[in-house]
Amino acid sequence: MTEALNVEIWRGDEKGQFQSFAIPTRPHQTVLDVVTEVQREHDATLSYRFACRVGMCGSCAMVVNGRPRWTCRTRVNAVIGGGNHLRLEPLRNFTIVKDLAVEMTQFFDKWKEAHGYFEPGPHEKSDFAVVSPQSRERQAADAGIECIGCGVCYSACDVVGWNKDYLGPAALNRAWTLMNDVRDFDQAARLDAVSGDDGCQACHTHMSCTTFCPKAIAPTYSIAGLKRAAVIGVLRGAR
Amino acid sequence: MNARFFAAQRITAFVLAFAVVIHLTTIIYAVRGGLTAADILARTHGNTGLALFYGVFVIAVAIHAPIGLRNVLREWSAWHGRTLDTSLAFLALLLLVLGLRAVTAVFGS
Repeated sequence: MTEALNVEIWRGDEKGQFQSFAIPTRPHQTVLDVVTEVQREHDATLSYRFACRVGMCGSCAMVVNGRPRWTCRTRVNAVIGGGNHLRLEPLRNFTIVKDLAVEMTQFFDKWKEAHGYFEPGPHEKSDFAVVSPQSRERQAADAGIECIGCGVCYSACDVVGWNKDYLGPAALNRAWTLMNDVRDFDQAARLDAVSGDDGCQACHTHMSCTTFCPKAIAPTYSIAGLKRAAVIGVLRGAR
Repeated sequence: MNARFFAAQRITAFVLAFAVVIHLTTIIYAVRGGLTAADILARTHGNTGLALFYGVFVIAVAIHAPIGLRNVLREWSAWHGRTLDTSLAFLALLLLVLGLRAVTAVFGS
């Protein structure tokens, strides 16, 4: 065991403050390990979320030393830069429930607002749809389909920071994957849902979502695809 | 920004990218020998080609600038809604009228 980590953790809601803890450093320690140790050994009232601990659920996302990350997949050594200081905050652009736990209702409501759900059409299909894995649409959908809704991109997005109504990278990425679903029956309504002052056209292409996405998805390119589709819709007189 | 504004802004940006380069090149080239305003006007009066070029330039500016200004104001101020859109529609009209008036004055016969 070497020098203790100086861990600052946000406590309370929006009007909270940082509280410091001294936590022993351990080999291969993740940031989630540190948070768990704080709760079990120092302050049982610390609130935070986690479930799978292996990078599948996305629920342990927090801001670690200024950057949004999955804490279960972030080793302490990778973020302290040779020092011993760890600063943990709840995800930005979300309402804080308490400490490191945030309210995600608005985030998921925006998926619905962006028409981020499949529209099967009025009639039951008689057989499976055949979609070639090599088709342009399938490949475009594949590029964004692995999103697990952790909120890291939403936390990193500057546009959400200044416009709380902006749909955000995750919802728009989901809409783009559905725009490329050849089985879907309501593309026009989806394009309407993602266009507007709070839609894809508000994106400034800062690419923070793409930089920080732990799944290496590029929502920026999905949003660019939506912008292109919207412009093509205007030029064709469909909008 | 809705899809129509977005499309209009991108298309006019494409026009302006060329128009601004041609405009700057022309004015730098035209005054290099010390031409006076009177000399320039003597050459531009009645030039239909340049009148058309600057007419397109003015229309593109009148569309592009208010949309961009609307985006900036929406992001940096609390001014949203109908009053903002109406004010910027007037700005578009003002740019169009003043610009076309200047085109007529410089290139008219």
